[in-house]
Amino acid sequence: MVICIASGKGGTGKTTVATNLAAVIGEKAQYLDCDVEEPNGHIFLRPKFEYSEKVYVPVPQVNLEKCDFCKKCAEFCQFNALAVLGKNVLVFPELCHSCGGCMLVCPNEAISETGREVGICEKGKGLLDVEFVHGHLRIGEAQAVPLIERVKKEISKERISIVDAPPGTSCPVIATLKGADFVVLVTEPTPFGLHDLKLAVGVARILNLPIGVVVNRANLGDKKVYEYCEKENIPILLNIPFDREIAECYAQGKLLIGHEKWRLAFEQLFDTIKKHLEGER
Amino acid sequence: MKELVIISGKGGTGKTTITASFAALAQNKVLADTDVDAPDLHLILSPQIKHEEDFKGGHYAVIRKEDCIQCGKCRELCRFEAISEEFTINPVDCEGCGVCVHFCPVEAIDFPQRVCGKWFISETRFGPMVHAQLDIAQENSGLLATLVRQQAKNLAEDKGLDLIIVDGPPGIGCPVIASITGANCILIVSEPTPSGLHDLERVWQLAKGHFGIPCLACVNKYDLNEMMTDKIEEFCQKNDIKLVGKIPFSPKITEAVVNGKSIVEYDAEVASVVVSMWKEVYNYLKSL
Repeated sequence: MVICIASGKGGTGKTTVATNLAAVIGEKAQYLDCDVEEPNGHIFLRPKFEYSEKVYVPVPQVNLEKCDFCKKCAEFCQFNALAVLGKNVLVFPELCHSCGGCMLVCPNEAISETGREVGICEKGKGLLDVEFVHGHLRIGEAQAVPLIERVKKEISKERISIVDAPPGTSCPVIATLKGADFVVLVTEPTPFGLHDLKLAVGVARILNLPIGVVVNRANLGDKKVYEYCEKENIPILLNIPFDREIAECYAQGKLLIGHEKWRLAFEQLFDTIKKHLEGER
Repeated sequence: MKELVIISGKGGTGKTTITASFAALAQNKVLADTDVDAPDLHLILSPQIKHEEDFKGGHYAVIRKEDCIQCGKCRELCRFEAISEEFTINPVDCEGCGVCVHFCPVEAIDFPQRVCGKWFISETRFGPMVHAQLDIAQENSGLLATLVRQQAKNLAEDKGLDLIIVDGPPGIGCPVIASITGANCILIVSEPTPSGLHDLERVWQLAKGHFGIPCLACVNKYDLNEMMTDKIEEFCQKNDIKLVGKIPFSPKITEAVVNGKSIVEYDAEVASVVVSMWKEVYNYLKSL
């Protein structure tokens, strides 16, 4: 079972929901942090890493001895990652999307592939025996998707996978959500929260995924998120109020489920999601 | 002309709230929102759209069923698993690389350009604004962010304005890189949590370490955890990042957003902090 926690707007509480949900499930759960640009789950689940791997994507390298500077590769590349200047070929690896096309169109077999490091993928055991996986995008690397896909390779059918998504609605979010069984959208009841929630609902609908909403800081703002969810027939799975106790927990990097009240609330959240999934079937 | 970009690494720390206030305080400027997948600045500035254009990103491949001989070459070569066994291409998975188009033996694949979103030039109560909306589940947010900045620059030149204030996206990837390269100054909005500090460090490494852009920082909701605020201050001091302000937590800030107002239009107490922060930022920009 793969449950993705996403939001559209950043900072609504995705990581709080994802880490606490994984923690109440315990050793049967695995937590995967796909917000590889700014991963934060490790702050709360405090994993001991046992495995670390540098992740590479293929990029072209040109053998100038075989190259006759015909420019077919540069003309083919949709991403301007190659340029032929006189008797030289410039490769811009950061623009390359690793399609392999340049290598295929080269009439002289002058192009082979080498690796560009996009980041690291680490794996270990977190608090309450939750299996922990995350990716750390290399600073300066533009493309998060290949690293997200690497992190998602660790999804295990034996476990309940809680996947923490990045904010937004574009390629990194799509790559994260693909293949999920259920998406929890975390929002806050403000115009920003609502606007970005609508976009996130749009993403989930394009991918045809069942959704539910968690409203964070539920007592700050207005009622419009609730009106929207009712109109769109989207279930509200949990309300988390703003209070200093929760803010304090977060600021200390602690899990909410240390408090009995919140442990029960997250257990119930998991039950509700399971029921929705059974309903789907 | 000076360009100030407001970013945060971590989402939801208050970029847009602060940008909206700077919009109210700054003179002779163009505003821009490069958080093109989830833009929010327009919710406060209520822009009146004067000019609207489609944003065309890359291409996408479409198989013409009637011409396809189902040889399987495209499926074999596509590295993005975008082509189904029935030989239809999922536009969400298609990377737009053109490999299948080029190698189809019967030329049965079209390669039209994708309309990925829209961009706008607008008027607001605080001056002109350039903004955009990437269509849901589209690519090329970096290209669109670059286009928004270029349009803002053109507009500033046309109108003889000497400042651009950019509300940037969260993260450190493609849209952030596109939003900051070549900018004069970055303001990083942090919050006093371990995630806030962790993400401040990463985005600072990108902006200063990788691109050499001068960085300022501020702490939002600083009084929610003064110990973490001290840690952020320490980090800034150690790395020579000027801390331009600390904004207290206040439910008034959320109220202002709910009412479609910037905080300087709404609450005098928080406003005074933001006003002095803007003065610091402005003086720094002038000194560059």
